[in-house]
Amino acid sequence: MHTNSLYQEVILDHNRKPRNYGKLDQASHHAVGHNPLCGDRLDITLQLENEQICDIAFQGESCAICKASASMMTTAVKGKSRLDAEILIHEFRELATGKLDTGHPHHLGRLTVFSGIRDLPTRVKCAILPWHTLHAALNSISSTSTEANNDSAQMVSNHSVS
Amino acid sequence: MNSAHASLKSEITSDVDWRKVRTDFPILELKIDGKPLIYLDNAASSQMPQLVIDRLVRYQTKQHANINRAVHYLSEVATQEYHDARCKLQQFINAREDREVIFTSGTTDSINLVMQGYGRKFIQANDEIILTTLEHHSNIVPWQMLANEKGAKIRVVPINDKGELDVDEYERLFNERTKFVGLIHVSNALGTINPIKRMIDFAHRYDVPVLIDGAQAALHIPIDVQALDCDFYAFSAHKLCGPTGVGILYGKAVLLESMQPYKGGGNMIASVTFEETIYNTIPHKFEAGTPPIAAAIGFGAAIDYLTTIGIENIAAYESTLLDYATKCLTQIPGVNIIGTANEKTAVISFTIDGVHPHDIGTILNQDGIAVRTGHHCAQPVMQRFNVPATSRASFAFYNNKTEVDALIAGIKTVQKVFL
Repeated sequence: MHTNSLYQEVILDHNRKPRNYGKLDQASHHAVGHNPLCGDRLDITLQLENEQICDIAFQGESCAICKASASMMTTAVKGKSRLDAEILIHEFRELATGKLDTGHPHHLGRLTVFSGIRDLPTRVKCAILPWHTLHAALNSISSTSTEANNDSAQMVSNHSVS
Repeated sequence: MNSAHASLKSEITSDVDWRKVRTDFPILELKIDGKPLIYLDNAASSQMPQLVIDRLVRYQTKQHANINRAVHYLSEVATQEYHDARCKLQQFINAREDREVIFTSGTTDSINLVMQGYGRKFIQANDEIILTTLEHHSNIVPWQMLANEKGAKIRVVPINDKGELDVDEYERLFNERTKFVGLIHVSNALGTINPIKRMIDFAHRYDVPVLIDGAQAALHIPIDVQALDCDFYAFSAHKLCGPTGVGILYGKAVLLESMQPYKGGGNMIASVTFEETIYNTIPHKFEAGTPPIAAAIGFGAAIDYLTTIGIENIAAYESTLLDYATKCLTQIPGVNIIGTANEKTAVISFTIDGVHPHDIGTILNQDGIAVRTGHHCAQPVMQRFNVPATSRASFAFYNNKTEVDALIAGIKTVQKVFL
């Protein structure tokens, strides 16, 4: 695993100039994601109308991998249906953990720049945190963590703000 | 004198050939992605010399049996070796008696032993426990658990911008409700060496016992528990070139005798009926079940090794490394050292403007450089400096200036990638 294959220009660019950075004033769904091992925190707000993500934003303190992953994620899911977003969440998790066969059809597109993360197990959680948090937001789970085995168990609290 | 000669001279000080010392550690020959390993994560865990590895192998191949039980040859050998290891630790910290040294599974276990054995018995509702901002989580969480259970209160000693304890404020925290002090000797996150002698003496004016968390100190500072007059002192083998899974709790005999056992089981008893158990004497009262026999013997071998080099020599050598690394890092624009105490061990926590510590750690790793990134299990320290995390280069006596130079080059690579 070499630095260059992980820190590609597209990732560095999204880190320098994150897209959809901030907080939606009128959000129908909201979640905060934590990575307790490093203290990173991500806040996602989104507007869901007729099961479609009309708008989405994120903010928080995180590393370049997490921030770029969040930035590219928001770009990828904006305008998509909840179902399509959940498919992307699943595929991204599979990609990051090395379970996705990229030779078969998938929907990740440029998100495959994160494929190198599978060789750095300690950084996988950095890339996945935004996707965990999006999943939580879509399911009205207000707080989630990377330190659980499945999403239902990740609930720290279950207070929907929607 | 050219720079090579100067470097050589600095590595042969105090009659210790530090370049030869490096060859004692087989792991330092490793290559990471084709580059030599530069191990600067010693505050998390230090490496093990061949001598200790060999001792573990010898024990497992020729000496292993359970201890304090059987009358056969191997059990007698293992029992004696385990006892000898305890005596080595006793001498290492200058405890009065070997029974004042309890083998535990490590520093965290030692602190939990004191919390359970002393705290649960002697700390009551409305009592106060003094801790410091510099504490590692293992010297915070057990006391919070106790405070929650008993209705006691935790008071925290603040630190200044250099990462030094405000000792005057510490002294102001004392009152008639103060019943215990938990105090880290050396900050694992910043390297700050705390003035523990002064703090112990002050606590004793109020008859308050003091536990010293020495996990980060024992490899770098000579420890004399009698001179310190501390009531408890805890550290782990794996930070002193020994195995994981073993550590010690030193406690004054009179205190240990007054305490409740932490764990019940075999070996910690004098007699058992279903009506009553009479506990064994110290140290056995606190060593229930089969202890980490091999690890304790390996710990003893590590103490032998370190004693041969001399902790004073180690401290002096590491001090030169710290000065050199600090000077080099402060010359790089955008690098900020967190923790600049006047009294420090060779630990440098730093941030780089615009770059998250995890990204720093990942890129340094590409050059074979192992540093720690994160909150170092000391989140209150991070909160005090308003940073989510830092990168931490922590040095041991087998590191050298060439490795510091590699770290500096690696940091410049990080800046090139991100800025």
